[in-house]
Amino acid sequence: MKKNFPRSLQTIVIALLAIGVVALALGGYLTSLSNLVNQTIVGAQTWVSTRYLAVIDFLTVPRDVASLRQRNAELEAEVARLQTQVIGLQQQVTETQILSALVDFARASPENTYKAATVIGRDPSPFLRYVILNIGSNDGIRRGMPVVTDQGLVGRVDAVTADAARVQLITDPASAVNVSLQNSKTEAMLVGSITGNLSLDMISQDVTVQPGDVVLTSGLGGGYPPNLLVGQVVSVRKLDYELFQQAAVQPIVNYDQIQFVLIITNFKPVDIAPLIPTAAP
Amino acid sequence: MATLVAFPVLVLALMLQTAVISRINLLYGSADLILVILAAWALQERVTTAWQWALVGGVLVAFVSGLPWFVPLAGYLLIVGMARLLQRRVWQAPLLAMFAVSFTGTLMLHILSIFSLRLLGDPLPVGDSFSLITLPSILLNLLLAIPVYAGMRDLAGWLYPAEVEA
Repeated sequence: MKKNFPRSLQTIVIALLAIGVVALALGGYLTSLSNLVNQTIVGAQTWVSTRYLAVIDFLTVPRDVASLRQRNAELEAEVARLQTQVIGLQQQVTETQILSALVDFARASPENTYKAATVIGRDPSPFLRYVILNIGSNDGIRRGMPVVTDQGLVGRVDAVTADAARVQLITDPASAVNVSLQNSKTEAMLVGSITGNLSLDMISQDVTVQPGDVVLTSGLGGGYPPNLLVGQVVSVRKLDYELFQQAAVQPIVNYDQIQFVLIITNFKPVDIAPLIPTAAP
Repeated sequence: MATLVAFPVLVLALMLQTAVISRINLLYGSADLILVILAAWALQERVTTAWQWALVGGVLVAFVSGLPWFVPLAGYLLIVGMARLLQRRVWQAPLLAMFAVSFTGTLMLHILSIFSLRLLGDPLPVGDSFSLITLPSILLNLLLAIPVYAGMRDLAGWLYPAEVEA
């Protein structure tokens, strides 16, 4: 009993103290004290937490560098793959645009039937201006068929195998195309050269040829269909003592950059060789 | 074996020639990879199949090119003949021989091409052909000569291993 009394008293005192503290707190008398305590505790907590994180960072940094490097390598590989993909897609867009232009051209000339082909090579000899196409006799390609792009005349099929064809460009030194000048209403012969330049020959001295005249195939000789665009006259050379005047032609097609062409498959070239008179024996 | 290897090597070279090298021009000339390969092969000391390679190369180029068929065939055989002759004489300076064969070989092949085409009716101007096509082509072939020679030397070493002395 003696022992329990002071304990009860203690309890009562503690309870009264607690009630007093609560009452003081509710009355706002302990605000400054609680703020001071809170600031101290929060400051200490912040310091401990910061140091802990610093220690953890210090301990784990090497591992992170390794993983970051690995991640960086993965991302670089991904970027390279995507760049390759972008280049491939850009190439496809370019090809699609060219093919679309070829389709438009084919639709604009429904009287002809066309076969599209890709240029896969050039003649190994620098003296000749030939290109190699990826389709041949298996696709109905025959020797002599005219080859065009959406811009104009390219040349003529010179040789054919089952899966490839060789085309003589009109810029080849041995090429000769009968053409007409749209404005001057006259005929001429278009010839190539080793430099790839085109020139007009056999223009009568009586005709007035001017720079800017449009050059079209005439269809004479049976080698090419008529009215295929070839280029424009850029300069004229007329000398009084020569039989014919000559003119330089700016081709409409860039022959060094051809990627796709159309072969006119329903045109049958006429061989006029038997009609050319030969010297009597 | 060495003759059979000629087919893949020369077909690959011809593909490279038509698809890539013929599009790389200096003025209007371009390098001739087949010519340089044949010259480099014929200059290798232990090689015994140079004539077969020239035949294969000539036939392949004659098949693809618009040149008369006998031009590449005769041209490459002449080049190999000249290379074999030089190989016996200047064997101590193979690179010098390589340059000499590339230079004179290109010149010979182009002369043959120009005159054959002119004979067949192509109006090729000789002077312009030399200055605009042949001289730039010679320069390009000389540039190709060193790497091709190194490659063909390795190939020859693989196909004709040196005999080990006992």
